[in-house]
Amino acid sequence: MTTTEKAPALQVEGLTKSYSLGTSWLSKVLRRGSSTLTALDGVDLELRRGEVLALVGESGSGKSTLAKILVGSTGPTSGTVQHDGVVAGKRDRESSRRVQMVFQDPYSSLNPRLTVGAVLAELLRLHDVVPRSEVRAESIRLLGLVGMEADVLDAYPSQFSGGQRQRLAIARALAVRPDVLIADEPVSALDVSVQATILELFARLRAELGLSVLFIAHNLAVVQHLADRVAVMYLGRIVEVAPTAELFSSPRHPYTRALIDSIPRMTAGSVNDEFELDGEPPSPYDVPSGCRFHPRCPLADDGCRSTDPALLTIGPARLSACLKADELATIPLPDTTATELPR
Amino acid sequence: MTTTPAPPAVDAVQAEASAQNPAEVTPADAGRPVRSRTLKPWYRNGTLVVGLVITGLLVLTAVFAPLLAPYDPVKQNLQDALQDPSSAHWLGTDKYGRDVLSRLIWGARVDLRIGFLAVLIPFVVGTVVGALAGYFGGWFDTVVMRVVDVFFAFPFYVLVIVLVFVLGAGESSIYLAIAAVSWVAYAKIMRGELLVAKKQDYVVAARLGGMSHGRILLKHIAPNVMSQALIYAMSDIVMDIMAIVTLGYLGLGIAPPTAEWGSMILDGQEFITTQWLQATIPGLAVVVTSLGLSLLGDGLSDHLSPERRK
Amino acid sequence: MTVIETDQQRVTLDPSVPLLSVQDLSIGTRSAAIVEGVSFDVAAGERSGIVGESGSGKSLTLRAIAGLLPRGVAVQGGRIEYGGSDLLTMSARRRRALMGPEIAMVFQEPMTALNPVMRVGDQIAEGPRRHLGLGKKEAADLAVQMMARTGIPDPARRARAYPHELSGGLRQRIMIAMAVSCGPRLLLCDEPTTALDVTVQLQVLKLLEKLCTDTGTALVFVTHDLAVVNQTCSDVDVMYAGHIVEAGPVAEVFAAPRHPYTRGLLESAPDFDRPDRELVPIPGFPPNVADRGPGCPFAPRCGYVTDHCRTAMPPLATVAPGRLAACFETDRLGDVL
Repeated sequence: MTTTEKAPALQVEGLTKSYSLGTSWLSKVLRRGSSTLTALDGVDLELRRGEVLALVGESGSGKSTLAKILVGSTGPTSGTVQHDGVVAGKRDRESSRRVQMVFQDPYSSLNPRLTVGAVLAELLRLHDVVPRSEVRAESIRLLGLVGMEADVLDAYPSQFSGGQRQRLAIARALAVRPDVLIADEPVSALDVSVQATILELFARLRAELGLSVLFIAHNLAVVQHLADRVAVMYLGRIVEVAPTAELFSSPRHPYTRALIDSIPRMTAGSVNDEFELDGEPPSPYDVPSGCRFHPRCPLADDGCRSTDPALLTIGPARLSACLKADELATIPLPDTTATELPR
Repeated sequence: MTTTPAPPAVDAVQAEASAQNPAEVTPADAGRPVRSRTLKPWYRNGTLVVGLVITGLLVLTAVFAPLLAPYDPVKQNLQDALQDPSSAHWLGTDKYGRDVLSRLIWGARVDLRIGFLAVLIPFVVGTVVGALAGYFGGWFDTVVMRVVDVFFAFPFYVLVIVLVFVLGAGESSIYLAIAAVSWVAYAKIMRGELLVAKKQDYVVAARLGGMSHGRILLKHIAPNVMSQALIYAMSDIVMDIMAIVTLGYLGLGIAPPTAEWGSMILDGQEFITTQWLQATIPGLAVVVTSLGLSLLGDGLSDHLSPERRK
Repeated sequence: MTVIETDQQRVTLDPSVPLLSVQDLSIGTRSAAIVEGVSFDVAAGERSGIVGESGSGKSLTLRAIAGLLPRGVAVQGGRIEYGGSDLLTMSARRRRALMGPEIAMVFQEPMTALNPVMRVGDQIAEGPRRHLGLGKKEAADLAVQMMARTGIPDPARRARAYPHELSGGLRQRIMIAMAVSCGPRLLLCDEPTTALDVTVQLQVLKLLEKLCTDTGTALVFVTHDLAVVNQTCSDVDVMYAGHIVEAGPVAEVFAAPRHPYTRGLLESAPDFDRPDRELVPIPGFPPNVADRGPGCPFAPRCGYVTDHCRTAMPPLATVAPGRLAACFETDRLGDVL
C-alpha cells in the first residue's frame, strides 16, 4: 500500500472554517447576535499516495466543507492545505489540474447543453494535455478508461442513466490527469446494482493509474469495501483514523462504534442496540464544551465534559480523539456471525 | 396549456432506459447512450404551433405589406371618405378617404417593427447586467438591485409616457423611453437564473477545470439560462406594442400620416357610433398580435422548460 | 388498539380476510403500464417489505393503496382490499374516512410532507380532531403524548415549533407521530429513513418496530435498502419493472433467493458483514417503461435466460412453502448464494 518517502499527496493542517451568518449590516450596527457556524474546527488529515482514504460523517460533520476547501471552491478561515508538500495558494490553472472532484448528484454535474465530446475537448485543450490533433483520440481513451465507447462523444448527458453519468463525470475529472481525486458521495444517488459498477471502476482506476482518492461517504458498507483507511468526522473534527479492517473490527472512538452499530445488517435478526446514541445529531452552531461528543456518549464522564481531546496516536497508524480509547478496546462488538445463515 | 403526460415518477423510470437490443446481455452498464426519453417534439405542442402560425402570418403580412395592401395608406382621397365596407374597400375608409385595410396592413409593419426593435436594447443590457450581478454578487449586485427596485416602483406606462413627452414624439424617443424603463425586468430575471445556475455542480466542475469566469458565463451558463430571457422577451414585445399603440392613441407616437394602429384608433374614435370598424379593427389587430405572441411565448416556455432540459 | 379511546366507532373489519389484500393491481399512464399484476397480502400486525430499485414501481404501488397517485397516473386494474372492502370502488368519502384512523402513510422527505407554516403540534392534532372528534385541548394533549411516544425530548415545548426549526430526525418523528395519532391499523412507509443519517435511521427504525409491536399495527415498508428490510420486516416482496418477482420470509429469501434478480441484487450490494466478497454487478440496464416486450422483464439481463423466458411472462408461482418466484428457471437457483 503506502510506501512514501515522498510527501503525501494531500496534507491538511489545522484547518478551520467558520461562517458568520445573519450579518446584514443592520444587525451588525445594532449588535444583534450573529450566529457563527463552525463547520471545521481544526482538522489535520493526510492522504497518502495511491491510497483510498474514506471520510465518513453525518450531517453537521463538516465533510462537505472540507471537500470544498480541498478543491479550492472556498478558502479556509485558517490552516493550510498542501499538495505534494507544496502549500496550495490561490487556485489557478496549474493547481486546478492536480485536484479534481466527482460530485454526488449525477444529474447536475454535467452541463446539459454540451455534448460529452465538447466537455472533454475543452478541458484537454485548455490545459494542453495533448496536442490539438490528438484531442479526439485522447477523449476516446478517457472514455475507454471508464468503460464507455467512442460513440458517446456526440451524445448529451440527458441521454444517459445515473450510473453512466457518473462514469462520464469521472472521465471528465481524469481528463486533466490529476494527482488527487475527491469523490463526494459518488454512489449515494445511484441504485444498488449500479453502485457496484462504479465502485469497481474506482478500484480499477486506483490500481491502473495510482490515483490517490479521498472518498467521502456515509454508507459504511461501501467504505469498508473500497477504502484503505478511514477517517471519521464529527462536528468539524476528525475523531478517529485507522486502516479499514481495524476500524471496523475494533473501533476506538465511541462515535465510530455507534456508527458501526447503526448499520443495518443482512445477518442479524433484529436491530442492534448495543451502543445506541442519545439525542440528536449535533448542530454546528452550538458546539458542546469539552469533548464535543459528550452529550451523546454512553461512556462520558466529568473528564469528558471538561477536556477537549486532541487527535492522538494510539497505535500504529491509528489515531483517536477519545479519552477512553483504551477502555473501548475492551467492549466487544456484537457478534453477528453467530446468527449467520448458511450461504 | 398542455404538459407532457408523464409525471416525475414515470420520468424517473424512463430515464433508465434499456439497451438497444434486448436480446444481448450487454456488459455491466455499457457505454452505449440509452435511447433518450420520448419528449414531445415542438410540432406537437399545440400552444407553440398556434402561436407560431399567428405570429408568422402577422410577420409575413408586415413584410409583404407593399404587395398585400390594395391602396396607398397615406394618400388622401377626400371624396371617398367614411365609406362603409364594400368590395372596393373591404374595411371601408377613414375620414381622409384612406383605405382602412391598407392602413391596417401597413400599420402592422410599423407596430411590429418597433415592437421587436424596442425589445433589443433592454434585452441585451438587462441580460448582461443582471447576469453579472447574479454571478459575481457583492457590491455590484447590491447596487444593481437597488436601481432595479427604484425602476420597479414606477408604473411602466407612466415612465414611458413622461419620457416620450420630454423627448418629443417620434420613433427614436419611443426606443429610448422603452429601453430606459424595461431593461430592469430582464436584469431581475437573469440575476435570479444566475444565482441558481452558479451553484450547479457542472459550473463548479468548470471552475475546478481551471476555466475563467468569462468562459464559464458564455459557454457553460449562457445556453442554460438564455431561454428564460427569451421567453420574457416575447411578452415584452407584446407590452411594447401596447405601449406604442397607447402612445399613438395619445398623440405621442409616430407622427401622422404614417399608418399605425394607435393613431388609427385615435382617428376612428370620433366615429365610434357610425363607422365603428375604424376604431375597432386596429384594436382587434392588437389583440390578435398579443395573442399570437403570448401563445408563442407560452409554448416556448413549455418547450424549453427544465424537465425537458435535463 | 390500546392507545386511542374515543367514542367514534372503529371500522369493523372482516377477521377472516387479511388486513390488506392487493390483487392483480395495475397502474399506469395513458400511454404505458408501469405496474402490472401486483398481488400481495398483509396480515394484521405483520411487517412486510417491498424492495426494488428506481423504476420498479414500488412507490407507486404504495401510493395507490393510499390513494395518492400523481396526476396522469391511475390504477388501471385490480383490487385493493382493506379488511375485505375494495378501496378502489368505495365512495370517495368513505375512503377518506379510512385515511388516518385506519391507514396512514409516512413519507421519505419530512420537509416537504410537513406544512411549513403550521406548528408541528397542531399538525399532529389535526388528524384526531377531524377523525376522532376530539376537542382542541384534548387533541393538543394527544399530540404531545404522541410526540413523547416517538421519543421527542421535551415534547410540550417542541409542539410549538415549526418544521424548519427541527432537525431531519425530529421531523421524521413528527411525521410518524402524525401517522399514528389516530391509531391506524396499517402504516405505509415510503423510504422513511433514506434521507436520514445512519445513527438517526437506527433510532427511527427502532421506533417503528416498537410502535408496531405495542399497538399491533401492520407495516408496509418500501425501500431500496436490503439490509433495512432484513432488520425491520418479516416478509419481503421484490419488485422489478413493475412486477413482483419474488416473495417470501425475509431471512429465507435473502439466504437462498429463487429469482435471478434477487440474487443479482444480493450479490451486487456491499454487505457489511462480508467485506471481502466480490461485488458482482447486474449487467445491462433497468428497462424503459415503453420498451417492455413480451416475456420476462428481466430476460435481457439474466444469466439464466432461455428462449422461453423471452417469449412468455413467468407467473408468480409457489416454489416452496411460503415462497413465491416469477421465474421459469427458478430450480436452477436452488443452490444457496
